[in-house]
Amino acid sequence: MSEVAEKVKASSEPLFSKKNRKLITDPLTDNNPVTVQVLGICSALAITVQVNQAIVMGLSVIFVTIMGNVVISMMRNIIPSRIRIIVQLVIVAALVIIVDQILAAFLPDLSEKLSVFVGLIITNCIIMGRLEAFAMGNKPWPSLLDGLGNGLGYAGLLVIVAVVRELLGSGSLLGFKIFGDSIEKTGLYSLGYVNNNLLVLPPMALIIVGIIIWVQRSRNKALIEDH
Amino acid sequence: MAFNKESNGFTFGFAIALVVVVGAALAILATSLRGTIAKNGEDKKRLDILSAFVDLDKEGINRKNAKAEFDNRVDMDQSLVIDAEGNAIEGKDPFEIDIKKEYKDKTLDPSKRSFPLFVAEKEGQKVYVIPVVGKGLWGPIWGNVCIAADKRTITGASFGHKGETPGLGAEITQKYFINGWIDKKISDDSGNPITFKIVKDGTGKGDAIKVDGISGGTITSKGVEEMINRCMKPYVKYFSTLN
Repeated sequence: MSEVAEKVKASSEPLFSKKNRKLITDPLTDNNPVTVQVLGICSALAITVQVNQAIVMGLSVIFVTIMGNVVISMMRNIIPSRIRIIVQLVIVAALVIIVDQILAAFLPDLSEKLSVFVGLIITNCIIMGRLEAFAMGNKPWPSLLDGLGNGLGYAGLLVIVAVVRELLGSGSLLGFKIFGDSIEKTGLYSLGYVNNNLLVLPPMALIIVGIIIWVQRSRNKALIEDH
Repeated sequence: MAFNKESNGFTFGFAIALVVVVGAALAILATSLRGTIAKNGEDKKRLDILSAFVDLDKEGINRKNAKAEFDNRVDMDQSLVIDAEGNAIEGKDPFEIDIKKEYKDKTLDPSKRSFPLFVAEKEGQKVYVIPVVGKGLWGPIWGNVCIAADKRTITGASFGHKGETPGLGAEITQKYFINGWIDKKISDDSGNPITFKIVKDGTGKGDAIKVDGISGGTITSKGVEEMINRCMKPYVKYFSTLN
Protein backbone atom coordinates (compact mmCIF):
# COMPACT_ATOMS: atom_id res chain seq x y z
CA MET A 1 0.00 0.00 0.00
CA SER A 2 2.93 2.31 0.49
CA GLU A 3 4.00 2.41 -3.15
CA VAL A 4 4.17 5.84 -4.75
CA ALA A 5 1.10 6.69 -6.78
CA GLU A 6 1.60 6.37 -10.51
CA LYS A 7 1.28 9.80 -12.06
CA VAL A 8 -0.56 10.25 -15.31
CA LYS A 9 -0.52 13.66 -16.93
CA ALA A 10 -3.94 14.52 -18.27
CA SER A 11 -3.95 18.28 -18.47
CA SER A 12 -5.06 19.18 -21.97
CA GLU A 13 -5.27 15.90 -23.75
CA PRO A 14 -8.45 14.48 -25.35
CA LEU A 15 -10.76 12.37 -23.22
CA PHE A 16 -9.86 9.15 -24.99
CA SER A 17 -6.21 9.77 -25.75
CA LYS A 18 -3.92 6.81 -26.22
CA LYS A 19 -2.74 7.10 -22.63
CA ASN A 20 -6.30 7.16 -21.30
CA ARG A 21 -7.33 4.23 -23.46
CA LYS A 22 -4.43 2.26 -22.00
CA LEU A 23 -5.94 2.82 -18.54
CA ILE A 24 -8.87 0.70 -19.61
CA THR A 25 -7.11 -1.89 -21.78
CA ASP A 26 -4.07 -2.57 -19.62
CA PRO A 27 -5.97 -4.11 -16.69
CA LEU A 28 -7.77 -6.38 -19.14
CA THR A 29 -4.54 -8.03 -20.28
CA ASP A 30 -0.98 -7.35 -19.18
CA ASN A 31 -1.85 -5.67 -15.91
CA ASN A 32 -4.89 -7.70 -14.91
CA PRO A 33 -5.61 -7.13 -11.22
CA VAL A 34 -6.30 -10.82 -10.61
CA THR A 35 -3.87 -12.76 -12.79
CA VAL A 36 -0.93 -10.34 -12.75
CA GLN A 37 -1.27 -8.44 -9.47
CA VAL A 38 -2.98 -11.44 -7.81
CA LEU A 39 -5.51 -9.27 -5.94
CA GLY A 40 -9.12 -10.06 -5.14
CA ILE A 41 -8.49 -13.80 -5.09
CA CYS A 42 -10.82 -14.56 -2.16
CA SER A 43 -13.94 -13.34 -3.90
CA ALA A 44 -12.80 -14.94 -7.16
CA LEU A 45 -12.92 -18.27 -5.30
CA ALA A 46 -16.22 -17.65 -3.55
CA ILE A 47 -18.54 -16.51 -6.29
CA THR A 48 -17.43 -18.21 -9.47
CA VAL A 49 -19.66 -21.26 -9.14
CA GLN A 50 -22.39 -19.76 -11.30
CA VAL A 51 -21.96 -17.33 -14.17
CA ASN A 52 -24.87 -15.05 -13.29
CA GLN A 53 -23.51 -14.46 -9.77
CA ALA A 54 -20.10 -13.68 -11.26
CA ILE A 55 -21.63 -11.15 -13.66
CA VAL A 56 -23.59 -9.31 -10.96
CA MET A 57 -20.62 -9.33 -8.60
CA GLY A 58 -18.45 -8.01 -11.45
CA LEU A 59 -20.92 -5.19 -12.14
CA SER A 60 -21.10 -4.26 -8.45
CA VAL A 61 -17.31 -4.15 -8.21
CA ILE A 62 -17.09 -2.04 -11.38
CA PHE A 63 -19.55 0.43 -9.83
CA VAL A 64 -17.58 0.62 -6.60
CA THR A 65 -14.14 0.92 -8.26
CA ILE A 66 -15.38 3.71 -10.53
CA MET A 67 -17.24 5.66 -7.85
CA GLY A 68 -14.53 5.10 -5.24
CA ASN A 69 -11.81 6.21 -7.62
CA VAL A 70 -13.71 9.33 -8.66
CA VAL A 71 -14.66 10.39 -5.13
CA ILE A 72 -11.16 9.82 -3.73
CA SER A 73 -9.60 11.53 -6.72
CA MET A 74 -11.76 14.63 -6.19
CA MET A 75 -10.78 14.70 -2.52
CA ARG A 76 -7.13 13.79 -3.05
CA ASN A 77 -5.76 17.25 -2.38
CA ILE A 78 -7.42 17.71 0.97
CA ILE A 79 -7.13 14.21 2.46
CA PRO A 80 -4.57 14.33 5.30
CA SER A 81 -2.01 11.66 4.41
CA ARG A 82 -1.92 10.17 7.93
CA ILE A 83 -5.56 9.08 7.78
CA ARG A 84 -5.84 8.47 4.04
CA ILE A 85 -6.37 4.69 4.34
CA ILE A 86 -9.20 5.24 6.83
CA VAL A 87 -10.77 7.83 4.57
CA GLN A 88 -10.59 5.42 1.63
CA LEU A 89 -12.12 2.68 3.75
CA VAL A 90 -15.00 4.90 4.85
CA ILE A 91 -15.76 5.91 1.26
CA VAL A 92 -15.65 2.30 0.00
CA ALA A 93 -17.77 1.04 2.89
CA ALA A 94 -20.35 3.77 2.32
CA LEU A 95 -20.54 2.99 -1.41
CA VAL A 96 -20.98 -0.72 -0.72
CA ILE A 97 -23.79 -0.04 1.76
CA ILE A 98 -25.46 2.17 -0.84
CA VAL A 99 -25.24 -0.62 -3.46
CA ASP A 100 -26.54 -3.16 -0.95
CA GLN A 101 -29.51 -1.01 0.14
CA ILE A 102 -30.50 -0.09 -3.40
CA LEU A 103 -30.37 -3.74 -4.49
CA ALA A 104 -32.47 -4.73 -1.45
CA ALA A 105 -35.07 -2.07 -2.23
CA PHE A 106 -35.38 -2.32 -5.99
CA LEU A 107 -33.95 -5.71 -7.01
CA PRO A 108 -34.92 -7.83 -3.98
CA ASP A 109 -34.59 -11.21 -5.72
CA LEU A 110 -31.07 -10.47 -6.87
CA SER A 111 -30.17 -9.03 -3.49
CA GLU A 112 -31.21 -12.28 -1.81
CA LYS A 113 -29.06 -14.35 -4.16
CA LEU A 114 -26.00 -12.20 -3.57
CA SER A 115 -26.61 -11.69 0.16
CA VAL A 116 -23.18 -11.64 1.78
CA PHE A 117 -21.18 -11.18 -1.42
CA VAL A 118 -22.12 -7.52 -1.79
CA GLY A 119 -20.77 -6.85 1.69
CA LEU A 120 -17.61 -8.69 0.71
CA ILE A 121 -16.84 -6.07 -1.92
CA ILE A 122 -15.46 -3.96 0.93
CA THR A 123 -12.73 -6.50 1.50
CA ASN A 124 -11.76 -6.65 -2.17
CA CYS A 125 -8.14 -5.50 -2.27
CA ILE A 126 -8.42 -4.34 -5.89
CA ILE A 127 -10.57 -1.40 -4.78
CA MET A 128 -8.24 -0.25 -1.99
CA GLY A 129 -5.28 -0.94 -4.27
CA ARG A 130 -6.57 1.32 -7.03
CA LEU A 131 -7.57 4.08 -4.60
CA GLU A 132 -4.14 4.13 -3.02
CA ALA A 133 -2.07 3.53 -6.15
CA PHE A 134 -4.00 5.60 -8.66
CA ALA A 135 -6.84 7.80 -7.45
CA MET A 136 -4.72 9.50 -4.76
CA GLY A 137 -2.39 10.90 -7.45
CA ASN A 138 -4.58 11.47 -10.50
CA LYS A 139 -7.46 13.62 -11.70
CA PRO A 140 -11.06 12.32 -11.62
CA TRP A 141 -11.36 11.44 -15.33
CA PRO A 142 -8.27 9.17 -15.59
CA SER A 143 -9.30 7.73 -12.21
CA LEU A 144 -12.72 6.90 -13.59
CA LEU A 145 -11.15 5.12 -16.56
CA ASP A 146 -8.71 3.31 -14.28
CA GLY A 147 -11.61 2.16 -12.08
CA LEU A 148 -13.56 1.01 -15.12
CA GLY A 149 -10.55 -0.86 -16.53
CA ASN A 150 -9.69 -2.64 -13.30
CA GLY A 151 -13.33 -3.44 -12.59
CA LEU A 152 -13.68 -4.92 -16.07
CA GLY A 153 -10.43 -6.85 -15.68
CA TYR A 154 -11.72 -8.35 -12.46
CA ALA A 155 -15.21 -9.03 -13.82
CA GLY A 156 -13.83 -10.61 -16.99
CA LEU A 157 -11.66 -13.05 -15.12
CA LEU A 158 -14.51 -13.88 -12.77
CA VAL A 159 -16.76 -14.72 -15.69
CA ILE A 160 -14.10 -16.88 -17.39
CA VAL A 161 -13.55 -18.92 -14.22
CA ALA A 162 -17.31 -19.13 -13.62
CA VAL A 163 -17.97 -20.41 -17.16
CA VAL A 164 -15.48 -23.26 -16.65
CA ARG A 165 -16.82 -24.11 -13.20
CA GLU A 166 -20.52 -23.93 -14.01
CA LEU A 167 -20.13 -25.86 -17.28
CA LEU A 168 -18.04 -28.71 -15.88
CA GLY A 169 -19.36 -28.63 -12.31
CA SER A 170 -23.10 -28.28 -12.89
CA GLY A 171 -23.40 -28.92 -16.63
CA SER A 172 -25.13 -25.59 -17.23
CA LEU A 173 -24.44 -22.00 -18.27
CA LEU A 174 -26.43 -19.11 -16.76
CA GLY A 175 -28.80 -21.79 -15.45
CA PHE A 176 -29.50 -23.36 -18.87
CA LYS A 177 -28.78 -27.06 -18.84
CA ILE A 178 -26.24 -27.49 -21.64
CA PHE A 179 -25.51 -31.19 -21.21
CA GLY A 180 -29.07 -32.31 -20.43
CA ASP A 181 -30.64 -33.07 -17.07
CA SER A 182 -28.37 -34.84 -14.60
CA ILE A 183 -31.30 -36.03 -12.46
CA GLU A 184 -33.50 -37.29 -15.29
CA LYS A 185 -30.42 -38.66 -17.09
CA THR A 186 -31.11 -37.05 -20.44
CA GLY A 187 -28.70 -35.74 -23.09
CA LEU A 188 -25.04 -36.36 -22.36
CA TYR A 189 -25.89 -37.87 -18.98
CA SER A 190 -27.68 -40.80 -20.63
CA LEU A 191 -24.24 -41.79 -22.00
CA GLY A 192 -22.83 -42.02 -18.49
CA TYR A 193 -21.34 -38.52 -18.22
CA VAL A 194 -21.10 -37.27 -14.64
CA ASN A 195 -20.67 -33.68 -13.38
CA ASN A 196 -17.36 -33.04 -11.68
CA ASN A 197 -18.32 -32.01 -8.15
CA LEU A 198 -14.74 -30.92 -7.45
CA LEU A 199 -15.29 -27.91 -9.72
CA VAL A 200 -18.12 -26.71 -7.51
CA LEU A 201 -15.77 -26.44 -4.53
CA PRO A 202 -13.61 -23.33 -4.03
CA PRO A 203 -10.14 -24.97 -4.36
CA MET A 204 -10.81 -25.72 -8.01
CA ALA A 205 -11.24 -21.98 -8.69
CA LEU A 206 -7.72 -21.45 -7.36
CA ILE A 207 -6.41 -24.11 -9.75
CA ILE A 208 -8.26 -22.55 -12.70
CA VAL A 209 -6.89 -19.08 -11.83
CA GLY A 210 -3.45 -20.70 -11.53
CA ILE A 211 -3.76 -22.23 -14.99
CA ILE A 212 -4.81 -18.88 -16.46
CA ILE A 213 -1.82 -17.17 -14.81
CA TRP A 214 0.48 -19.90 -16.13
CA VAL A 215 -0.82 -19.62 -19.72
CA GLN A 216 -0.67 -15.80 -19.63
CA ARG A 217 2.91 -15.71 -18.36
CA SER A 218 4.16 -18.35 -20.74
CA ARG A 219 2.80 -16.28 -23.63
CA ASN A 220 4.14 -12.98 -22.33
CA LYS A 221 7.61 -13.44 -20.81
CA ALA A 222 7.68 -9.81 -19.65
CA LEU A 223 5.24 -10.69 -16.89
CA ILE A 224 7.62 -13.17 -15.25
CA GLU A 225 9.31 -11.65 -12.22
CA ASP A 226 13.05 -12.36 -12.10
CA HIS A 227 14.07 -13.66 -8.73
CA MET B 1 -2.31 25.84 -0.32
CA ALA B 2 -3.41 28.29 2.32
CA PHE B 3 -3.85 25.74 5.10
CA ASN B 4 -1.63 22.95 6.33
CA LYS B 5 -3.53 19.77 5.58
CA GLU B 6 -1.14 17.69 7.66
CA SER B 7 -1.79 19.60 10.90
CA ASN B 8 -3.44 17.76 13.77
CA GLY B 9 -6.34 20.16 13.82
CA PHE B 10 -7.16 19.70 10.17
CA THR B 11 -6.75 15.93 10.40
CA PHE B 12 -9.24 15.74 13.28
CA GLY B 13 -11.60 18.18 11.60
CA PHE B 14 -11.46 16.25 8.35
CA ALA B 15 -12.15 12.95 10.05
CA ILE B 16 -15.10 14.36 11.98
CA ALA B 17 -16.58 16.10 8.92
CA LEU B 18 -16.19 12.97 6.81
CA VAL B 19 -17.91 10.74 9.34
CA VAL B 20 -20.76 13.22 9.83
CA VAL B 21 -21.34 13.66 6.08
CA VAL B 22 -21.13 9.93 5.28
CA GLY B 23 -23.20 9.00 8.31
CA ALA B 24 -25.91 11.50 7.45
CA ALA B 25 -26.03 10.37 3.82
CA LEU B 26 -26.38 6.71 4.79
CA ALA B 27 -28.99 7.52 7.43
CA ILE B 28 -31.09 9.43 4.91
CA LEU B 29 -30.77 6.59 2.40
CA ALA B 30 -31.68 3.94 4.97
CA THR B 31 -34.72 5.87 6.24
CA SER B 32 -36.06 6.59 2.79
CA LEU B 33 -35.68 2.97 1.66
CA ARG B 34 -36.84 1.31 4.88
CA GLY B 35 -40.50 1.13 3.83
CA THR B 36 -39.71 -0.42 0.45
CA ILE B 37 -37.34 -2.98 1.97
CA ALA B 38 -39.86 -3.95 4.68
CA LYS B 39 -42.58 -4.38 2.05
CA ASN B 40 -40.21 -6.56 -0.01
CA GLY B 41 -39.66 -8.74 3.05
CA GLU B 42 -43.42 -9.17 3.62
CA ASP B 43 -44.05 -10.00 -0.03
CA LYS B 44 -41.23 -12.52 0.07
CA LYS B 45 -42.82 -14.17 3.10
CA ARG B 46 -46.16 -14.37 1.30
CA LEU B 47 -44.50 -15.88 -1.77
CA ASP B 48 -42.65 -18.41 0.40
CA ILE B 49 -45.89 -19.55 2.04
CA LEU B 50 -47.73 -19.71 -1.27
CA SER B 51 -44.91 -21.64 -2.94
CA ALA B 52 -45.53 -24.58 -0.57
CA PHE B 53 -48.80 -25.39 -2.31
CA VAL B 54 -48.92 -23.38 -5.55
CA ASP B 55 -46.63 -23.46 -8.57
CA LEU B 56 -45.76 -19.75 -8.60
CA ASP B 57 -44.38 -19.71 -12.14
CA LYS B 58 -47.34 -21.56 -13.61
CA GLU B 59 -49.92 -19.37 -11.85
CA GLY B 60 -48.01 -16.21 -12.66
CA ILE B 61 -47.64 -15.16 -9.05
CA ASN B 62 -44.83 -12.71 -8.40
CA ARG B 63 -43.97 -9.89 -6.04
CA LYS B 64 -46.47 -7.56 -7.72
CA ASN B 65 -49.59 -9.62 -7.03
CA ALA B 66 -48.25 -11.47 -3.97
CA LYS B 67 -50.54 -9.71 -1.50
CA ALA B 68 -53.73 -10.14 -3.54
CA GLU B 69 -53.02 -13.82 -4.26
CA PHE B 70 -52.07 -14.46 -0.64
CA ASP B 71 -55.26 -12.87 0.69
CA ASN B 72 -57.20 -14.85 -1.88
CA ARG B 73 -55.74 -18.27 -1.09
CA VAL B 74 -54.82 -18.12 2.59
CA ASP B 75 -57.55 -17.86 5.19
CA MET B 76 -56.00 -15.62 7.83
CA ASP B 77 -59.13 -15.88 10.06
CA GLN B 78 -58.59 -19.61 10.48
CA SER B 79 -54.79 -19.38 10.63
CA LEU B 80 -53.45 -19.42 14.15
CA VAL B 81 -50.41 -19.65 16.39
CA ILE B 82 -49.72 -22.67 18.61
CA ASP B 83 -47.20 -23.27 21.37
CA ALA B 84 -44.63 -26.08 21.66
CA GLU B 85 -47.21 -28.34 23.33
CA GLY B 86 -49.64 -27.97 20.46
CA ASN B 87 -52.13 -25.65 22.21
CA ALA B 88 -53.64 -22.77 20.29
CA ILE B 89 -52.55 -19.33 21.51
CA GLU B 90 -55.19 -16.62 21.29
CA GLY B 91 -54.61 -13.11 20.06
CA LYS B 92 -51.43 -13.59 18.03
CA ASP B 93 -51.17 -12.83 14.34
CA PRO B 94 -49.44 -15.81 12.65
CA PHE B 95 -48.10 -13.56 9.89
CA GLU B 96 -46.32 -11.36 12.42
CA ILE B 97 -44.43 -14.24 14.04
CA ASP B 98 -40.78 -14.23 12.97
CA ILE B 99 -39.76 -17.86 13.43
CA LYS B 100 -36.23 -17.18 12.11
CA LYS B 101 -35.71 -14.61 14.83
CA GLU B 102 -37.14 -16.88 17.54
CA TYR B 103 -34.95 -19.77 16.32
CA LYS B 104 -31.84 -17.60 16.48
CA ASP B 105 -32.69 -16.08 19.86
CA LYS B 106 -30.42 -17.90 22.31
CA THR B 107 -32.15 -16.39 25.35
CA LEU B 108 -35.54 -17.78 24.32
CA ASP B 109 -36.20 -21.28 25.64
CA PRO B 110 -37.11 -23.61 22.72
CA SER B 111 -40.28 -24.61 24.56
CA LYS B 112 -41.40 -20.95 24.59
CA ARG B 113 -41.24 -20.49 20.81
CA SER B 114 -44.44 -19.86 18.92
CA PHE B 115 -45.48 -21.86 15.88
CA PRO B 116 -47.64 -20.23 13.20
CA LEU B 117 -50.03 -22.40 11.21
CA PHE B 118 -51.59 -21.11 8.01
CA VAL B 119 -54.85 -22.50 6.73
CA ALA B 120 -55.26 -22.23 2.98
CA GLU B 121 -57.29 -23.54 0.11
CA LYS B 122 -55.85 -25.57 -2.74
CA GLU B 123 -58.21 -26.60 -5.53
CA GLY B 124 -61.17 -26.49 -3.16
CA GLN B 125 -59.40 -28.57 -0.52
CA LYS B 126 -58.37 -27.25 2.88
CA VAL B 127 -54.60 -27.45 3.36
CA TYR B 128 -52.26 -26.44 6.18
CA VAL B 129 -48.98 -24.63 5.65
CA ILE B 130 -46.29 -24.98 8.30
CA PRO B 131 -43.27 -22.68 8.21
CA VAL B 132 -40.01 -24.32 9.33
CA VAL B 133 -36.52 -23.02 10.08
CA GLY B 134 -33.20 -24.73 10.74
CA LYS B 135 -29.47 -24.80 10.14
CA GLY B 136 -27.64 -25.78 6.95
CA LEU B 137 -23.90 -26.10 6.43
CA TRP B 138 -23.08 -22.39 6.12
CA GLY B 139 -26.10 -20.62 7.50
CA PRO B 140 -29.84 -20.72 8.10
CA ILE B 141 -32.21 -22.76 5.99
CA TRP B 142 -35.98 -22.46 6.03
CA GLY B 143 -39.07 -23.62 4.27
CA ASN B 144 -42.80 -24.09 4.23
CA VAL B 145 -44.44 -27.50 4.31
CA CYS B 146 -47.96 -28.07 3.04
CA ILE B 147 -50.03 -30.72 4.83
CA ALA B 148 -53.20 -32.15 3.27
CA ALA B 149 -56.68 -32.00 4.84
CA ASP B 150 -56.03 -35.42 6.46
CA LYS B 151 -53.53 -33.51 8.69
CA ARG B 152 -50.81 -36.10 8.00
CA THR B 153 -49.68 -36.17 4.40
CA ILE B 154 -47.10 -33.76 3.00
CA THR B 155 -48.44 -32.56 -0.34
CA GLY B 156 -45.93 -29.88 -1.10
CA ALA B 157 -42.96 -27.97 0.24
CA SER B 158 -40.55 -25.21 -0.60
CA PHE B 159 -37.12 -24.70 0.89
CA GLY B 160 -34.82 -21.73 1.01
CA HIS B 161 -31.31 -21.08 2.24
CA LYS B 162 -29.01 -18.17 2.85
CA GLY B 163 -25.66 -19.37 1.57
CA GLU B 164 -25.48 -23.11 0.92
CA THR B 165 -22.97 -24.26 -1.71
CA PRO B 166 -24.43 -23.77 -5.19
CA GLY B 167 -24.75 -27.09 -7.00
CA LEU B 168 -24.52 -29.03 -3.72
CA GLY B 169 -26.41 -27.97 -0.59
CA ALA B 170 -28.27 -25.24 -2.47
CA GLU B 171 -30.06 -27.99 -4.40
CA ILE B 172 -32.55 -28.29 -1.53
CA THR B 173 -34.62 -25.68 -3.36
CA GLN B 174 -34.91 -27.96 -6.39
CA LYS B 175 -37.95 -30.01 -7.40
CA TYR B 176 -36.26 -33.42 -7.23
CA PHE B 177 -35.30 -32.97 -3.59
CA ILE B 178 -38.73 -31.60 -2.62
CA ASN B 179 -40.43 -34.47 -4.46
CA GLY B 180 -38.65 -36.83 -2.08
CA TRP B 181 -40.78 -35.39 0.74
CA ILE B 182 -44.12 -35.47 -0.99
CA ASP B 183 -46.61 -38.13 0.18
CA LYS B 184 -44.61 -38.78 3.37
CA LYS B 185 -46.77 -38.77 6.48
CA ILE B 186 -45.72 -36.64 9.46
CA SER B 187 -47.42 -38.93 11.99
CA ASP B 188 -47.95 -42.70 12.19
CA ASP B 189 -51.30 -44.45 12.51
CA SER B 190 -51.40 -44.02 16.27
CA GLY B 191 -50.67 -40.29 16.01
CA ASN B 192 -47.00 -40.20 17.01
CA PRO B 193 -44.64 -37.95 15.05
CA ILE B 194 -42.44 -39.70 12.48
CA THR B 195 -38.68 -39.15 12.69
CA PHE B 196 -37.49 -38.88 9.11
CA LYS B 197 -34.05 -40.02 8.01
CA ILE B 198 -32.07 -38.73 5.03
CA VAL B 199 -30.46 -41.60 3.10
CA LYS B 200 -27.75 -41.65 0.44
CA ASP B 201 -28.57 -44.94 -1.25
CA GLY B 202 -31.64 -43.72 -3.13
CA THR B 203 -34.06 -45.99 -1.26
CA GLY B 204 -36.25 -43.14 -0.02
CA LYS B 205 -38.99 -43.52 -2.62
CA GLY B 206 -42.09 -45.12 -1.13
CA ASP B 207 -40.50 -45.53 2.30
CA ALA B 208 -42.31 -44.10 5.32
CA ILE B 209 -39.19 -42.83 7.11
CA LYS B 210 -36.35 -42.64 4.59
CA VAL B 211 -35.98 -39.57 2.35
CA ASP B 212 -33.44 -39.30 -0.47
CA GLY B 213 -30.69 -36.77 0.24
CA ILE B 214 -28.52 -34.79 -2.15
CA SER B 215 -25.18 -36.27 -3.17
CA GLY B 216 -22.49 -33.82 -2.14
CA GLY B 217 -25.00 -31.91 -0.02
CA THR B 218 -25.14 -34.28 2.92
CA ILE B 219 -24.86 -31.74 5.73
CA THR B 220 -27.53 -29.47 4.24
CA SER B 221 -29.80 -32.49 3.64
CA LYS B 222 -29.27 -33.53 7.26
CA GLY B 223 -30.13 -29.95 8.27
CA VAL B 224 -33.47 -30.28 6.46
CA GLU B 225 -34.04 -33.62 8.19
CA GLU B 226 -33.43 -32.08 11.63
CA MET B 227 -35.54 -29.03 10.74
CA ILE B 228 -38.57 -31.09 9.64
CA ASN B 229 -38.32 -33.55 12.55
CA ARG B 230 -38.11 -30.77 15.14
CA CYS B 231 -40.64 -28.37 13.65
CA MET B 232 -43.37 -30.92 12.94
CA LYS B 233 -43.72 -32.09 16.55
CA PRO B 234 -45.93 -29.27 17.94
CA TYR B 235 -48.17 -29.44 14.87
CA VAL B 236 -48.60 -33.22 15.17
CA LYS B 237 -49.72 -32.63 18.78
CA TYR B 238 -52.08 -29.87 17.69
CA PHE B 239 -53.55 -31.94 14.85
CA SER B 240 -54.17 -34.87 17.22
CA THR B 241 -56.36 -32.59 19.38
CA LEU B 242 -58.50 -31.75 16.37
CA ASN B 243 -59.54 -35.33 15.65
